[in-house]
Amino acid sequence: MIIFKLILIVTILLISLLIAMYSTLFERKIAGFFQDRYGPDRAGPLGLLQPLADGVKLFFKEEFMPNKADKILYIMGPSLTMLVALMTSAIIPWGPGIAIKGTHYYFQVADINIGVLYSFAVVSVGVYGIMIGGWASNNKFSLLGAVRASSQMISYELAMGLSIIAVVMMTGSLSLKDIVVAQHGINWNIWYQPLGFLIFLVCAYAECNRSPFDLPECETELIGGYHTEYSSMKLGFYLFAEYINMFISSAMISTLYFGGYNFPFMDSPALSVNAVGIIGTFVFFLKIGFFGFLYMWIRWTLPRFRYDQLMNLGWKKLIPIAILNMVITGLVIMIFK
Amino acid sequence: MQPLTNRSKTVSNKKMTLAERLYLPGIISGMAITLKHFFSKKTTVKYPEVHREFSDIYRGRHVLKRDDEGRERCTACGLCALACPAEAITMVADERKPGEEHLYREEKYARIYEIDMLRCIFCGLCEEACPKEAIFLTRETVISGYHRDVFVYGKDRLLEPSDPDKRIDISKRLTPEVKKFKQDKNQRHNR
Repeated sequence: MIIFKLILIVTILLISLLIAMYSTLFERKIAGFFQDRYGPDRAGPLGLLQPLADGVKLFFKEEFMPNKADKILYIMGPSLTMLVALMTSAIIPWGPGIAIKGTHYYFQVADINIGVLYSFAVVSVGVYGIMIGGWASNNKFSLLGAVRASSQMISYELAMGLSIIAVVMMTGSLSLKDIVVAQHGINWNIWYQPLGFLIFLVCAYAECNRSPFDLPECETELIGGYHTEYSSMKLGFYLFAEYINMFISSAMISTLYFGGYNFPFMDSPALSVNAVGIIGTFVFFLKIGFFGFLYMWIRWTLPRFRYDQLMNLGWKKLIPIAILNMVITGLVIMIFK
Repeated sequence: MQPLTNRSKTVSNKKMTLAERLYLPGIISGMAITLKHFFSKKTTVKYPEVHREFSDIYRGRHVLKRDDEGRERCTACGLCALACPAEAITMVADERKPGEEHLYREEKYARIYEIDMLRCIFCGLCEEACPKEAIFLTRETVISGYHRDVFVYGKDRLLEPSDPDKRIDISKRLTPEVKKFKQDKNQRHNR
């Protein structure tokens, strides 16, 4: 079992890195397609070697460190961001698992009974990566970006948490495995929690610092925000972590609201346990792919929010709506169960 | 007051409706528009593989024409250099020696004929000034280079090959109307 877990950890790590790597290519490709262009298609067939070329470029760039920068914190910033981005993947159930020689292997690294809380804790630590990086750069634009990022993430974490509470109330468990199992077949949470899903989606975008909430790194005002002073692979880590975050949050959205690896007709007798396991994982990645595409779709559609609009939306709209959603869910559960 | 343009719009500060304030219908219609573009035909020309179609009378790099017997038409009169607004053309004239009649059409010819393609603005005035139908602009482009001296094109690159099969076709630029204009004695350039 330990060997299986180790294999799973390494696989998930590699898959997250690979997907993040290719997200950078797909982002540019999709951006191109949305703007009636083709995007990068020169490096290798269809431009598939572009991420490698980008990586090589980043590695060979000059490693610049500002003169007055706090050296330890300056290095800690991107490392922390990267670490935190990768940590959440531990609790996500990637598939219903397969049975080999009577033992059932469930595709989840750690089924902790406070999975949702764990993910929140890890996401909140993510603020430090950005804040430390912005602070250590000793640059006013970096600091402004970091301040924006931290206040934005803290504000939206509230509404996010409140929207998940409704899901947790429905399932009666904080474990992500229980939440997924409760959404068997097509009995997905989105049918019961459309409002909660919407709030969670908006907050996830804000947490990932993605457009239209990309104020922490808006080029026009802050020339890159918290990573203004970063170069070479340290910058690469920040950019890379953003794509890993996108991948993980797409997985979280699919897990919480779109049934994770569940798919219709999974109970049909024609499918063996292993077939369900493999199709389930495939379906899960399909859902993740859709949400990843949605991230990019939104990015190339919507303009950036103004800072006061962002705070207005977070505190005055999303939090009251999330509380309302929670109360309604509670009432419905109380009356019908 | 008379409006300055017929495209002016009156701006109103009316209260937004609920649908507008919700922002979601707007987002969805915006996303529909971007998705339409996602599947629409791309405007990119994939350059090295595909070349953009030039018009028939495109003004690209020059060619020095030969006549039907393969003799250079240019007599080094210098009208093209005079007409050139960018002063890109330089030439040195020379006298045709006996025995060179198969090389040069008239008694005088250009020993050196250079066009600085970095100065040239491809206006076509040299072609218009030429009384001998010797210089024409073609549909070929000037290829890029790493040094400035690469762009000074001498006779080795400007002169068209004497092989009749490899002649450069300029019939689109030298239409009968153009030919008539060039030979019209009433025009100032031929007086």
